[in-house]
Amino acid sequence: MNVSIMLSGVGGQGTILASKLIAQAAMEKGLSARTAETIGMAQRGGCVVSHVRIGEEIHSPMIPIKGADLILGFEPAEAVRCLPYLKEGGAVVVSAKEVKPVTAALGGTDYRAQDMLDFLRQKVGNVVVVDTEAICRECGSAKVLNTALLGAAAATGKLGLTPEEIEGALKKRLPEKLIPMNLQALRAGAQARVGE
Amino acid sequence: MEKQFLMGNEAIGLAAIGAGVSFVSGYPGTPSTEILETVAKHNPGDIYVEWSVNEKAAMEAAAGAAYAGARTMVTMKQVGLNVASDPLMSLAYIGVKGGMVIVVADDPGPISSQTEQDTRHFARFSKLPVFDPSSPEEAYAMVRDAFELSEKYHTPVFLRPTTRVCHGCASIEIQEPLPRKKPEGFVKDPKWVIFPRLSFQRHGEIEVTLPQMGEELSHSPFNRMEEAQKASSHSRYGIAAGGISYEYVKEALGGTDVRLLKVGTPHPFPESMALRFLEGLDQVLVLEELDPVIERELVYLCGKHHLDVQIKGKLTGDVKSAGENTVESVKASISAFFGVTLPAPAPEELPPLPVRPPVLCAGCPHRASFYAVKQAMKGKKAVFSGDIGCYTLGNAMPLDMVDTCLCMGAGVTIAQGIHRVEPDTVNFAFIGDSTFFASGITGVVNAVYNQTDIVLIVLDNSTTAMTGHQPHPGTGRTMMGEVSAAVSIPAVLKAIGVKSVVTVDPLDLAAAVEAVQNAVKVKGVSAVIFRSPCIAVTKPSPGYTVDPAKCIGCKKCIRELGCPALIWQEKKAAIEPSLCYGCSICAQVCPCGAITLTGGDSK
Repeated sequence: MNVSIMLSGVGGQGTILASKLIAQAAMEKGLSARTAETIGMAQRGGCVVSHVRIGEEIHSPMIPIKGADLILGFEPAEAVRCLPYLKEGGAVVVSAKEVKPVTAALGGTDYRAQDMLDFLRQKVGNVVVVDTEAICRECGSAKVLNTALLGAAAATGKLGLTPEEIEGALKKRLPEKLIPMNLQALRAGAQARVGE
Repeated sequence: MEKQFLMGNEAIGLAAIGAGVSFVSGYPGTPSTEILETVAKHNPGDIYVEWSVNEKAAMEAAAGAAYAGARTMVTMKQVGLNVASDPLMSLAYIGVKGGMVIVVADDPGPISSQTEQDTRHFARFSKLPVFDPSSPEEAYAMVRDAFELSEKYHTPVFLRPTTRVCHGCASIEIQEPLPRKKPEGFVKDPKWVIFPRLSFQRHGEIEVTLPQMGEELSHSPFNRMEEAQKASSHSRYGIAAGGISYEYVKEALGGTDVRLLKVGTPHPFPESMALRFLEGLDQVLVLEELDPVIERELVYLCGKHHLDVQIKGKLTGDVKSAGENTVESVKASISAFFGVTLPAPAPEELPPLPVRPPVLCAGCPHRASFYAVKQAMKGKKAVFSGDIGCYTLGNAMPLDMVDTCLCMGAGVTIAQGIHRVEPDTVNFAFIGDSTFFASGITGVVNAVYNQTDIVLIVLDNSTTAMTGHQPHPGTGRTMMGEVSAAVSIPAVLKAIGVKSVVTVDPLDLAAAVEAVQNAVKVKGVSAVIFRSPCIAVTKPSPGYTVDPAKCIGCKKCIRELGCPALIWQEKKAAIEPSLCYGCSICAQVCPCGAITLTGGDSK
């Protein structure tokens, strides 16, 4: 079975590492994986979208419109931006915390995270909102946002990978000293789902 | 064999190591940069790897190594090949002894390039073969074949991946590495010296060899015809594709049964394979990115062989001529080709979303440099010529400090041209440190020699930032991990004869503004070097905080700097602590001293 997952966020949030962890976990299971990124010109602060596709008969590295089983939103507005890619019956796992662009401060397009989350809930049956701010605070680093979301994503069952399988990939891919903190975030993320 | 999850560029780098490469050179450029970095990272110890000063130097150094019998690879992005085109055209005549693979990454979209130029044309123009991979797996496999073809025909060979292949990742089976042969060394021979008589002779030989190579490539696994399984209403239709578009076609077709031609070597064109594909067809749709290269070849073949086949694509307006293809765009083209009307997808109604234009990072020293020049020139007539690098982003509001940007090094010389026509304008040329070495120096020599009057601003952040922090001649580090003598930018400028050369820290706003004001007064070429390292290669300084009791909500910091760490909340400015790098510019701009070091005094 093929699974397509779209990860969307803002440069610097760790979307690309998260996509590599999913692909790594899939490969450990003997599945083939393909990923692609669309990254803007800026080093930080631009929109970043990672496409992850797992399965044997996959051609395009990019997920077509209405082709994603799961959207992993690292930021509420970025999750909404990718909504056209979600399949009928697909799920959205999203971080509750917004990241406002500098243009909002300059008096451009301002928005409220709550409106974005409400919109997602209204359009999609299966939405998991993760309080990443609380998890990051508990784990002591803003950098575990990605693993917290991965935990929640695995817990939905839509990833085709269990939180334990993600753990395996995480242990393989991350530097030793960062592992305990990330495992804590991964488990907290998975729990967030149970608590819904 | 072991399977690894690799980015296309990593796959190309590892394949080169596995193919016994001994010498790799290149110049950074998205989307090609990670190829050379991969070779350096996995260097078994006996491969020479260098970031050259520019693509021309990289190409020539690699050619020399190949003359001496080493397997060599040179990497660059598509516009880099323009810089290297002088050695390329002659090298195609001279040829090589050790295999030489020229990797040029094209960028349909374009996603991070100045042009949508198509390197397949360069292959045709220079009369060199080109491999065009459709996936990271295929790029991995093509490298070894490219080296073999290069050595068999003593010719450089192109590998032309595009962004989606370079930056896509896939599970790739790793091949057993070939032994690295000890190069024979350079053997003196008149064949290495290009003269008109030799050029005439070589030109004739190349024209004989190319069709032979095309015939050989007709049997390459990278060129293939996929026959329709059974007769259907589409039996007299065919689809031809190359590069990533082939994968899009496969996905868009799903189970639809139609004859397919996949072209993996667009030059020399696999003619006999293509003729078999065309046989019995009425219509062919060609799907490829950038220019209609495969399409023109098929149109030409139909003319040459009097075939009554209609070729549809970009030339006929059936496929869009600019930008990337997608599964959706390919699906739409195929449906139209088959005369099927797809139901128009209901447009998804989304709420207004924030725009996230590319901006300079919080704490970026370029912001301070641009701001200082802007302050120094307030109310004066000035034109700001920019260049290629992160600092092109200085054109965004509110800085608005890049009036021109053309190609690597052009800012220095464009400023001179504008100044000749508009002498009452102060003409600034902004250039980064890596770009200065790559192609800025000759422009400065031109300015001094021709006695023009410009202000050169060198934005020296001690790295090649935009492509991911590669070392360059000014950094004192090489790709072999050795420490080399750093080439001093001020010493170079003084040696050229620039009248005034001042180095200043842009994060000291008052000193920076003064340095610019003084440089403007100099008649002739003057230079200010703004020296402050890129935030990505240094540890952040302690951050700053806005005291809401002192902030009067004038928004000056937000309106004038456009720093992503400055936010507006509850009618006061505020600083997002996770983004602040402690550059202190906002504290220096604040009219009421409301911004201070977090937990300490202001600067």
